Amino acid sequence: MAKSIAIIGDGESVKGFGAVGMDMFICDDPLSSPQLLKQITENDYYAIIYMTEEVFEASAREREKHAEKPVPAIIPIPGVRGNTGVGIRRLSRFVEQAVGSDILFKN
Amino acid sequence: MDIMNVNPTRMQMTKLKKQLVTAKRGHKMLKDKRDELMRQFIELVQENRRLREKVEKELEICSGHFVNASAVMSKKSLDSSLMASKQQTGVDIGSKNIMSVDVPVFSAVSESPEKGDIFPYGFAFTSFELDDAVSSLNELMPDLIRLAEIEKSCELMAAEIERTRRRVNSLEHVMIPRYEATIKYIAMKLEENDRSSRTRLMKVKDMLLEKAHHYSQKK
Repeated sequence: MAKSIAIIGDGESVKGFGAVGMDMFICDDPLSSPQLLKQITENDYYAIIYMTEEVFEASAREREKHAEKPVPAIIPIPGVRGNTGVGIRRLSRFVEQAVGSDILFKN
Repeated sequence: MDIMNVNPTRMQMTKLKKQLVTAKRGHKMLKDKRDELMRQFIELVQENRRLREKVEKELEICSGHFVNASAVMSKKSLDSSLMASKQQTGVDIGSKNIMSVDVPVFSAVSESPEKGDIFPYGFAFTSFELDDAVSSLNELMPDLIRLAEIEKSCELMAAEIERTRRRVNSLEHVMIPRYEATIKYIAMKLEENDRSSRTRLMKVKDMLLEKAHHYSQKK
């Protein structure tokens, strides 16, 4: 069963991804991202949704709804404004959730 | 340790003993499950971290290429060059079971009219920086998809480990001690009943003998 890949983010960050075959959703205002995420996850069309970090942070509550399901995978990626470390922080949260304390990332 | 609200009978005790055995077996199995999940999770998280660092670095380079391209081309022509993509990338979704956690397996499917032709524009009016940007992004696609797969797996496994850990702890620190305390309470109660009925019998026997033979008067 083939599904598509989507990317949500500000116009500058996502425009390249359209060229490699992802569906782009431009969201210049992070506050409107939960609404957008809700719309595109409604019909289960996308297997992977990449989000730029600002948008990812802004839509935390909406993302929670998909945390327990195998798809869609919602993944943060750095946008053109640079890497704020959201991805690594998310990983360290997983470790903390599983182990009880963060044993891998706290150096 | 608080005990359960049960009748102190032999039948209840047998039932509780059976439940205790089941609880202990469940506890051992869940503990094994947690340990194995943890081992696989740690491996996966380490791979996830490596991949994420790599992808983030590459993406930074890609954005650099795009910034270069937008510096030499007008915004309008850049946008129009990237507007109509030639290929459509999707993923086939499989599923893998890691210790009863269903994690997705993504394999990329890309449809393009000509193989290797990824550029959605003609080369005449675009700069070479844009070619670099698009091709480096295209090369990064398998890693991006793998990252999505691993990161989702980590997310699902972390939730499952947390659940299993809670179960193990509740069995170990609440359920099993409670069963043991209740069984001990019933055993003690039964012994106590036993003793009290025995003393009563001895007393009754004494009284009957006294009635029949009048020992105290003979002395």
